[in-house]
Amino acid sequence: MLKGLSLTIERGEFFCLLGPSGCGKTTVLNLLAGFEQPTAGAVRVDGRPVTAPGVERTVVFQGDDSLYTWLTAVENVEFGLRLAGVDAGPRRATAERYLDLVGLHGQGHKYPSQLSGGMKQRIQIARALVCESPILLMDEPFAALDAQTRSILQDELIGIWQQTGRTFLFITHDIGESILLANRIGLMTAGPEAGMKTIVPVDLARPRRRGDPAVGALYERLADMVSEEVRRAGALR
Amino acid sequence: MNAVSAAKAAPAPPTTAARRRRLGVPAALVPVLSVCALLLVWQVVSARFFPPVLFPTPVMVGKALVGEILSGRLLTDSVVSLRRIFAGFVLGCTIGAGLGLLMGSVRLARRTLDPFIQFGRFVPSISLLSPALIWFGIGEGSKLFLITYTTTFIVLLNTLGAVLSVPRNKIRAAQSLGATRWQLFRLVMLPASLHGIFTGMRVGMGLSFTTVVAAEMIAADTGLGYLILNSRLWFQTDVVFVGIITLGTLGYLADKTFQALIHRLAGRYAPTH
Repeated sequence: MLKGLSLTIERGEFFCLLGPSGCGKTTVLNLLAGFEQPTAGAVRVDGRPVTAPGVERTVVFQGDDSLYTWLTAVENVEFGLRLAGVDAGPRRATAERYLDLVGLHGQGHKYPSQLSGGMKQRIQIARALVCESPILLMDEPFAALDAQTRSILQDELIGIWQQTGRTFLFITHDIGESILLANRIGLMTAGPEAGMKTIVPVDLARPRRRGDPAVGALYERLADMVSEEVRRAGALR
Repeated sequence: MNAVSAAKAAPAPPTTAARRRRLGVPAALVPVLSVCALLLVWQVVSARFFPPVLFPTPVMVGKALVGEILSGRLLTDSVVSLRRIFAGFVLGCTIGAGLGLLMGSVRLARRTLDPFIQFGRFVPSISLLSPALIWFGIGEGSKLFLITYTTTFIVLLNTLGAVLSVPRNKIRAAQSLGATRWQLFRLVMLPASLHGIFTGMRVGMGLSFTTVVAAEMIAADTGLGYLILNSRLWFQTDVVFVGIITLGTLGYLADKTFQALIHRLAGRYAPTH
C-alpha cells in the first residue's frame, strides 16, 4: 500500500496529511497508532518503535461508531481514565473539564444517540484528550459533518490545539481544511504504491480567514498538485 | 380577514384524531377486532361444516377451557411445562452465552469448538430424544437436557455473531486509550454484544416452548404437550384446542415479559436507544 514514505513530525506541531481518497492516509494513521505493523521500515515516537496501540497516541476516528452508545457523553470522555484506574470523583471532574473545552458544557448526561454528528465528534476529541496523551491522531474527523458545523469545529480545534500544546496529526482530503489548520501539509502521492509527494509549510498567521487571498493562492497551488496526482494515478491504472 | 385565515388554516396536517376517524377505529383496537373476526369465522365454519370432534367451535373450546381451569388440570400442566422451560432456558442461556463469549474473544477456543457448533446446529433437539431418554430416563432429566440443548445453540450462535460484529473502531478506541485485554472484554466487547445475546435468548425461549411440547408428547405424563396428546387419544378435541391456545398465550406472555425485562434492565445497551 505504502512505499518509501518518510515523515518526521515535530513536537507540538499541527501536521495535516493531505491526499486523494484511497491513497493510504488511513494506513499511515493505523501505523502511527499501532493498529497495523509496517512490513518494512519502522515507526518511532520519541525514538522508541511503535509496536502496539498506546495511550500516548490517542485517536479520533472518522464517523461515530467508535463511541460507546451505552455510556453517556461524560462516561465516554472519562473512559480512558477509567481504564487507568482513576477514582470516580477526580475522573468525573477531569472529564467535565474536557467537555467544557470542546464546548459541551452541561451535555454530559446525554447518550451519543441524543447528540448531533458535530457533538459526537466533540466527544471523540474530548475522549482522546482526557488521558493527557501528547499526540492526537485524527482521521478525517469532520468529513461526515455539514459545512457549517465543520467550519465551526475547525476553528475550535485550532483553539484546543493552542490551549493544550499537543502534537496533532490530522488526516484530510479537504485542501481548504488543511490550509486552515496545519503548520505543515504533507501531500501524498496517489496509489497504488503511495508515498509522500512533498511537504508544504503553511506560514500564514493565525487566526486564518477562509477569504484571505494568501489562503486562496495556497489553495490553488495545492489543488494543482492534487489534480496532477489524480491524473498521474489515473494514467497508471 | 377571517375568511382568509380560515382558508389558510384548512390544509393543516391530519391530527391523531383525524387519522383515527379515517380508519374508523383507534389503532389499538385493530388487533382486538381482528381476533374477534377470526373467532366469528371460526364459529360459523366449524358449526356449519364440521362435527365437534373434528373441529370444535370457539364456544365449545371456551367451555372446555373453563372446565380445565376449574378442575385444576390446566394450571398444573402449565406450571409443569413452564418449570421445565424455565430450568432448561436458564441453563442453556448460561452455557450458550458463556461459550459464545469465550469463542468470540479467544481465537483458539473458536477454532476448537467450531466443528462441533457447525455440526450441532443442524441436529434438531427432538432427534436427540432417544439418546436423552436412554441417558436421563423418562423423568425431568431428559426434558431439561433437550431444552438446554436447544437454547444453548441459538444463544451461542447469536452471542458469537454479536461479539464478532462489534465495530472495529470501538475496539481500537479502547486499545489506543490503554485498555488491557480483560478491560477490552469487560468494558467494550461484553456491553456491545449484550443486545445480540438477549435477542438470541428471546429466540431460544420460543424454541424452548416447541421443544418441551414435543418432548412431553413423546415421553411424559404431565405438561401441556401431554395434555394435548392425551386429549386427542380420548377424542377431546376441544381440550386439544385449549392446550394449543394456552401454549400460544403463555409463549406470548413470556416473550413480552422478557422483552420488558430487557428494556428495563439493559435498555442502554440497545444499538439505538
